[in-house]
Order: sequence, then C-alpha cells, then structure tokens
Amino acid sequence: MFKWLDPYAKPETLYRICGLWFPWLMTAAVATLLLGTVWGLAFTPADYQQGDSYRIIHIHVPSAIWSMGAYSSMAIAALIALVWQVKAAQWAVGAIAPIGAVFTVIALFTGAAWGKPMWGTWWVWDARLTSELILLFLYLGVIALSGAFADRQTGAKASALLAVVGVVNLPIIHFSVEWWNTLHQGATITKFAKPSIDASMLWPLLISILAFGLWLAALTCLRLKTAILQNEQHRPWVRQLTASAAKEG
Amino acid sequence: MNPRRKQRLMAVSAILLLLSGAVGAMLYALQENVDLFYTPSQLLDGIGKDKVKPVPGQRLRIGGMVVPGSVKRDETTLKVSFDLVDTGPIVTVHYEGILPDLFREGQGIVAQGTLLDATNIAATEVLAKHDEDYMPPEVAAAMKGIKHVPPSKTYPQQTSPQQTYPAKAESKPVAEAQQ
Repeated sequence: MFKWLDPYAKPETLYRICGLWFPWLMTAAVATLLLGTVWGLAFTPADYQQGDSYRIIHIHVPSAIWSMGAYSSMAIAALIALVWQVKAAQWAVGAIAPIGAVFTVIALFTGAAWGKPMWGTWWVWDARLTSELILLFLYLGVIALSGAFADRQTGAKASALLAVVGVVNLPIIHFSVEWWNTLHQGATITKFAKPSIDASMLWPLLISILAFGLWLAALTCLRLKTAILQNEQHRPWVRQLTASAAKEG
Repeated sequence: MNPRRKQRLMAVSAILLLLSGAVGAMLYALQENVDLFYTPSQLLDGIGKDKVKPVPGQRLRIGGMVVPGSVKRDETTLKVSFDLVDTGPIVTVHYEGILPDLFREGQGIVAQGTLLDATNIAATEVLAKHDEDYMPPEVAAAMKGIKHVPPSKTYPQQTSPQQTYPAKAESKPVAEAQQ
C-alpha cells in the first residue's frame, strides 16, 4: 500500500531530502517568527481586559499547539518504527523528542508567566496545566528510555512504545478545558467556529503558529541529518561524503 | 502486509487500546475529583449521581462570577467579601488579602478556602479566571458595551452603593483643591 514511500526511508535519500529542505524551512521559519512575534508583541492593540499581558499568547499558543503537534508526529514515527521496523523512523523519534520537550517547556513557562499577572498564580493543578506537564514527562521518558538499556535496539523499542501509548494524553490535554472545570480558559481558535479573537490579533497569532511549525520542521530535519550520519558513519556513502567534504575543505 | 508486521501492529494496537481504556475508566471514576472547583450550584445541590455535598470545614475551591454590587470592603483592613453566582444559587466568599488585578464585578474567579456553612466560604486564595475572548478596547466597547478601564484603575473609579473604602478618602483632596 505504501510502497511508493519505501525509497524515502533509505537513509541516503532521506539525508539528501533533509539537507535540501533545511535551508528553506529555516529561512521561512526565521522570517515568519520575526514577523509574527514582532507584530504580535509590539504592534497589535492591547486587550480590553488584560491590557498588554495578553500579548504572550503569541508565544504561548504556538508553542503549546506544536508541543502536541510534535508529539503526534513523533508517535507516528514510533509506530512506523515498531511495526515496519524502519530505522529512519526510529531516528526521527529521537530527533523530534528533545525539540518537542523544549516546546512544552516554553508553553509551560510562558503559561506561568501569563498566569501570575492575570490569574494571580504561577501554577495551579488544574486539568489543562497538569496534562501538559505530563506531556513534558512523556517526552523526558522517551528521551531517557532510549538510552536506558545496554542494548540500543531494546532501548529504541521501549522508547517507541512509550511514544505510541503516550498519545492517550493528547485528547486529554485538548479537551481538558471542556470536560472539567478548569482555571484555564477554553480554546480561542477552533476549526469549526469563528475564532473568539479580534482579526487584528488573530493574524499575527496565525503567523506565529505557522512559524513555530516551520521551526519544528527545520530543527527536525537538522537533527535527523545528524542522527543519520551518526548511525551510518561506517557505510560507504557516508565515507564518500566525508572524503569529498575533506577534499573541498 | 506480511504476517510478522501484522502481528506487531496488532500487539501495539492492543496495548494502546487497553491503555486508553484504562485511562478512560480512571478519568471517568475520578470525574468529580478532576474538577478544579465547585460551582455555586454544585456546592448547594451536590455533584454527580449521588449528589455529594461538601461538608462545613472541608477545604475546597469555588468558582463563579462575582455578583455586581456585592463586593463589600472593610474600611480599615484588607478584608473583603463578595457573592459568587453561576446559574442561580449565590454563595458568599470572605477573604483577607490583595485581590488579583483582573478581579472585578462580573468577572469569573476561583477562590480556595474552607467551607464555613452551606453558602459561606473563608478563602485563603482568590484567583481571577478570564475567558478566551481577546479584542482591542474599541471593539469591546462596540460589541459588549464595555468601557476600557485599565485593571489598576478599576477600584478607585467604581462607585457601587455598598462600596465604602475609597469614596470618602478620595473626595477630600479634590474638595480642598477647589477651595
């Protein structure tokens, strides 16, 4: 069924594709990140209720969305690694996990910094905040497990399995604000309803969300390239690559 | 798909399914305990099928809208009391301390404290809850009829009948200036 995908799983091809995409993704990410954050943090009007404090939404929401987006892509890669035993998918899990963890930390930190002036507290054990913290622990678990076994293959399998079952947490994070009484407010942007944020604030927010997505993709490409080189360093194609690079350098 | 892959896929799916089932059952069992706070109607009518009501002396959180005109401040201390409402019943929160900037009449808040009797709570912490609507002040004025007041300026400008503290103190300097 997915036969057409097979050639892309070949490390050499994947390395080339990542190298090809990385500069474009990174340039686009930096450009949109600058545009979205500067527009959002400096040029949008202040909120009627929260004044300037609400501006942190332009960092908080994109990082929170992509902390979950990164987890879903990592889980898909982990499933492919487990079932089809594609090595490149296993490396992708290891490549995405630290990036997703950092995005989660950014979301938690900006959330705390927003919560202090608005709610009056840095942290409260409500369902949304707690489930997002669990997401961070899942990332850390995936990272730690992959290095926790003397046999690297066993570690990789264990971390991939944790990544797959951790998916259970994603709907909990998303729907926590609807299922339970939480201090955290509901979703501002949903697929099916008109966003409850004014257009002048929505555009920089959407650009920031796009920027964080591009940034995630760019960093994943970069880390995946490194992982491929590390794991394939004794293969002829890598030797050829390093030899030609040494000649040029 | 070859049989070994199929087997692995089945194994992973089974683990995932079992775990989601377990987590789902756990969250269902914990349903009422995951809520961060009681609403005033939950406090008075009880929650869940068994209509469990909290008993006086119990530590809990209560969340609701501050009833406009219900904020009573003590003139000499930081003591304040206000009413909370959601869909009908009203409970009164007593608190001593500094309220968050977003606290105002009509605002959603969450208070943590001890239940004194059926409708009174002694709070040790008051948190402001805000909604997911964001808009510039002009749009808010046009849409909701809300006049933009920076949070810091809300209190001295409020003139609800029950409010006692700033009204007298602030009128004096103005009167003197006019003389």
